[in-house]
Amino acid sequence: MDYVRAFIVGGLICVIGQILIDKTKLMSGRILVIFVIAGCILGGLGIYEALADFGGAGATVPLTGFGYNLAKGVMKEVDNNGLIGVLTGGLKASAGGISAAILFAFLASLVFEPKEK
Amino acid sequence: MDKRLGKQTLKFDNCPVITETSSITGPKEGEGPLSSYFDIIRQDVLNGCESWEKAESQYVHDNIKHLCEKAKTKFEDIDYIISGDLLNQDSGTMFGIRDFGVPNLGIFGACSTMGEAIGLGAILVDGGYAKKVISSASSHFCSAEKQFRFPLDLGTQRPPTSTWTVTGAGSLIISDKGNGPCVTHFTVGKIIDMGIKDPNNMGAAMAPAAVETIYAHFQDTGRKPDYYDVIATGDLGYLGKEILLKMLTEKGLDLSKNYTDCGIEIFDKETQDTHCGGSGCACSAVTFCGYFYDKLMKKEINRILFVPTGALMSTTTSQQGESIPSIAYAVSIENME
Amino acid sequence: MINSKEEKQKYSDMVDSMAPKSPIFSNCIKAFISGGLICILGQFINNMAQNYGLNSDDASLVTSVVLIFISAVLTGFGLYGKLGKFCGAGTIVPITGFANSMVSPAIEFKKEGMVFGLGAKMFIIAGPVIIYGVLSSIVVGFIYYLLG
Repeated sequence: MDYVRAFIVGGLICVIGQILIDKTKLMSGRILVIFVIAGCILGGLGIYEALADFGGAGATVPLTGFGYNLAKGVMKEVDNNGLIGVLTGGLKASAGGISAAILFAFLASLVFEPKEK
Repeated sequence: MDKRLGKQTLKFDNCPVITETSSITGPKEGEGPLSSYFDIIRQDVLNGCESWEKAESQYVHDNIKHLCEKAKTKFEDIDYIISGDLLNQDSGTMFGIRDFGVPNLGIFGACSTMGEAIGLGAILVDGGYAKKVISSASSHFCSAEKQFRFPLDLGTQRPPTSTWTVTGAGSLIISDKGNGPCVTHFTVGKIIDMGIKDPNNMGAAMAPAAVETIYAHFQDTGRKPDYYDVIATGDLGYLGKEILLKMLTEKGLDLSKNYTDCGIEIFDKETQDTHCGGSGCACSAVTFCGYFYDKLMKKEINRILFVPTGALMSTTTSQQGESIPSIAYAVSIENME
Repeated sequence: MINSKEEKQKYSDMVDSMAPKSPIFSNCIKAFISGGLICILGQFINNMAQNYGLNSDDASLVTSVVLIFISAVLTGFGLYGKLGKFCGAGTIVPITGFANSMVSPAIEFKKEGMVFGLGAKMFIIAGPVIIYGVLSSIVVGFIYYLLG
């Protein structure tokens, strides 16, 4: 059942992205920025939490989940460390994902050559 | 005789002749409907080089060398090369011809480069300033994507109004004597900006420039559209073609019978997934040097108005929210009796 | 100036009416299915990780790392770009799209050197995402602190 929920929630989030692309002619980079900010704000408001509980990976795998993760991290750090957590929480929570992306991007660029479309 | 007609058109009375052409393309163009007309079709997009930029230069190098071999002409006998491309600082051509030792006039007209190069070459030859001039233009899909759009492996969708940059180079020799069609007129376009900002819709950005130049050509020369067997724009594509025909009809010119666009000719829309058609400097250059020149030599057509179109924007201007100014040059090329 | 504002507006309207439209409905279906499938894969990895005894935070990190790895390999072979052409937002919006936006410029621009090519250009798309993500987390955190 959690797979069905992940499929539906994740699919719908992607559909929102597709409508933005086709209707507004926004470049994909802008879409990603909008999704991260949206995820972070919804996370701060506690709305995304409910979506993640329901949709599981369907809510955390899209980039809105990255924003949600940032919000979750910063609020947890504020709980533990007070004001200083405002600066440390976001990146701390996303450190693993960013480091992994840097590592794999670096390794891939050593191994592969650019391809024609 | 007047060398100038009206405000924008130059008339050449000494018959500068296009004596030889050469075209080189990449594999995708080689799968297209015009493949049998191209001199060289490379199966390797990189053309044996290690980067897209070097590959483009190599395409230019190989093509001009082939042109001279075909024409049995030495580089010493060439007075000038007039050339350009889409990359920053015209590096595509400049690096390709740096070893030839021929005086060079580098030009920038974006995708209209071939029209500007032929027109300027004809001026030099007609005026007696040169006996043999090479006009050349090139573009490369991958180097253009890298400079103007995104890394090639980025997973994006190309909108239906987008066009596909042609990989290749076209060049030709304009000579004071010899066999071939003559360049008879050159109409210099104005920069036209109708406020289109979408870099994925170049056809719409450039169509008004082509309309302006074509209209000026007929005003200046007093000719009618049916004087020409073919009127061919450079890379307006399917959407640009429709817009152009509509706008010219409103101005009282009917081109529906003899008009086409090189970007439409060069790819098969259905099988090659090129959306609105081909684009880039090489689009008009290889289509003229390969396809139309062959038809002129076989007398299947005798009079062509060749109108390459260029969108004069850069990534910086687009990011700053500027619209896309455009230009078109018209050259009439005719078989003399 | 040759063309007035009104003429430009008129032209722009004409272009809009003539331009071929994106097939938005079929694009949405493709995005829904492909994006959904990537999330199912994510759910599968997440469940596996939790079965191995990881807590939910670590499991979702492992999920991200595995998806990023898969995306890097597909991008390297030139397959992610082909997928993206078909799937649209379905492959842009998931974390795999984020990884693709780092891997593809890293590969493309390495010709300009390890530092200013690969190093600098890796973040042409991902950089803004991280920057605005972190900035909004600071805003969210600060408001949370004030309300807390």
